[in-house]
Amino acid sequence: MAAPPVAARGVPVADAPTLERGTAPDTGPAAGPPVIELDGIGKIYRSGTIEFEAIRNVSLAIHPGEYVAVMGPSGSGKSTLMNILGCLDVATSGRYLLAGEDVSDMDEDELADVRNRHLGFVFQQFNLLPSLSALRNVELPMSYGGVPREERRRRATLSLERVGLGDRLENRPNQLSGGQQQRVAVARALVGDPALVLADEPTGNLDSTATNDLLHLFDEVHAQGRTVVLITHEAEVAERAQRVIQIRDGAVASDGPTGGAR
Amino acid sequence: MTWSDILANSWDAIRSHKMRSALTSLGILIGIAAVVLTVGLGQGAQQKVANQLNALGGNLLIVSPGSSTTGGVRGGFGSASTLTMSDATALSSSVAAPDVGGVAPILQSTNEQLDNGATNWTTTVVGTTSSWLSVRGRTLESGRFISNADESSAAAVTVLASTTASQLFGPVSAVGQSVTINGTPYEVVGVLASAGSDSTTNLDDQAIVPFNTASQRIVGGSNRTSVQTIYVKAASPSQLSAAYQETNTILQNRHALSSSSTTDFTITTQQSVLTTTSSVDSTLTTLLLGVAALALLVGGIGVMNIMLVSVKERTREIGLRKALGGTPATIRRQFLSEASMLGLTGGLLGVASGVGGALILPHFISNPITISVPWVLISIAVAIVIGVGFGVYPAARAARLSPIDALRSE
Repeated sequence: MAAPPVAARGVPVADAPTLERGTAPDTGPAAGPPVIELDGIGKIYRSGTIEFEAIRNVSLAIHPGEYVAVMGPSGSGKSTLMNILGCLDVATSGRYLLAGEDVSDMDEDELADVRNRHLGFVFQQFNLLPSLSALRNVELPMSYGGVPREERRRRATLSLERVGLGDRLENRPNQLSGGQQQRVAVARALVGDPALVLADEPTGNLDSTATNDLLHLFDEVHAQGRTVVLITHEAEVAERAQRVIQIRDGAVASDGPTGGAR
Repeated sequence: MTWSDILANSWDAIRSHKMRSALTSLGILIGIAAVVLTVGLGQGAQQKVANQLNALGGNLLIVSPGSSTTGGVRGGFGSASTLTMSDATALSSSVAAPDVGGVAPILQSTNEQLDNGATNWTTTVVGTTSSWLSVRGRTLESGRFISNADESSAAAVTVLASTTASQLFGPVSAVGQSVTINGTPYEVVGVLASAGSDSTTNLDDQAIVPFNTASQRIVGGSNRTSVQTIYVKAASPSQLSAAYQETNTILQNRHALSSSSTTDFTITTQQSVLTTTSSVDSTLTTLLLGVAALALLVGGIGVMNIMLVSVKERTREIGLRKALGGTPATIRRQFLSEASMLGLTGGLLGVASGVGGALILPHFISNPITISVPWVLISIAVAIVIGVGFGVYPAARAARLSPIDALRSE
């Protein structure tokens, strides 16, 4: 198996000024080993005697530098897929390689470590800790990764500057607008230099202006060569991606480039 | 995540819920303050008794006539004394009793009336020797104590205790004055300094006369050659048990007794009084400690309660921390450290309150309170242990939460 095409853990963002991952972002699926490789993934929930197959036999690959939207109506299984992609849940069948590591059979501690090293989350609810400043919120994933305090501070500051919040470092979430809070969340997702940025309905709680700003930010993140998977039910949000995966009834209904918006 | 990160997180969490944290710590505070004060009261009481007994002569043996096996055909305790002046003399021997520092035989008569002209006062007249002063650890306020010369001549001299002197002579100095006992005038040669009272006798109300004077002029009948009590003082507190053995052996030999079962005298020590007193005190202390322990238990349940609420309320935070790389172990550690921090805060404040109470309370109650450093340290440790102990269950619940469910909660 090929070595994961990600920067080694602990390499600061600032020390990798070109941030390019794989090949140029606008040329569609890149060559090289995929960031995500799902092979026959299925998930069955059991509640007593009732079994519910949330997703079945999903196989797909996402390559470095891709910007992918996952769409589907509620109940389609896209949340389950998102949980599995985010290593928050494990599939009941199939194999999942994340950045070259097989995470299918990992235990809880190993999954926590994988999330910390390879994934950056952006949630619909922002999920910032209200008692901490923007800076401390962005430092949080690094504190679980064992990055020394000084280094954490430096990287978090840089990451917040990149999302345009260099003057809001010490503000608490309740002193920031919804759009700004989501930017802090993006800074937090990027600070660990993840192989994959996973955004779950990131615009769901934002007004149209803030939505546009955030989508613009995702465009920038993508342009820097990062791999982004965005889960949404809004077509206009999905339009910004290069590739759209439609999920229906727990299976991939369609998978292809977007209608040429970009 | 390092321990310093975990502690910083816990501190943040505690600070962001100031009121709740303060009330939770209050439970521990009360318990720990109660422990500190209870132990302080108990130790203060023991200290007080020990001080009193030491002031009275902690290294004192009291030899009384009569067997400790009272009842039966044997004469009542002390009725016909089996102790004599020559017993006292034998105990003074530095050869046979090297650990004995001083011996004072006592022959006393209660309810003797002392007259100073029209003023009279009824008190106890104690006949003893010149060594009484050092054996009982007393001092003179003025004048002199009875001398060996007074003793051999059975002189009509007396030394009054402070209360007796002031009752008979008022503010006038008693030394050099004359007081009548049993129709005989006695010259007051000295006045004792006040010693306060012990539980049974008022040490400041008595008249001391030479032993021979008491036996010849005051105590009549068959009792005149006998001795009611012999005070034996060990040369030092550490020699008390050696002095006890020597006293016992000498008296058994002199009284031709074969075994301890037929003794005709009893030796008691102040130490045995002290032991009795402290055992009473420690029973009380144990009881109060039990109450304090209950208070701590309730405080601990308060910590658990708040931590459970906290876990419930911060479910989303727990989910987020897990999504960002928190393992069950780090989550558990964080909640444990929060609980122990609440315990520690309560413990420190409780110790502060306890010490504060120990400084203030003695102004309102008569009991002294002694704060002991080991107990303070134990209290703080107990507070932390309670925090951790009652934090285990909430922390385990937090650690078990699934990140998906936690993130999804509202």
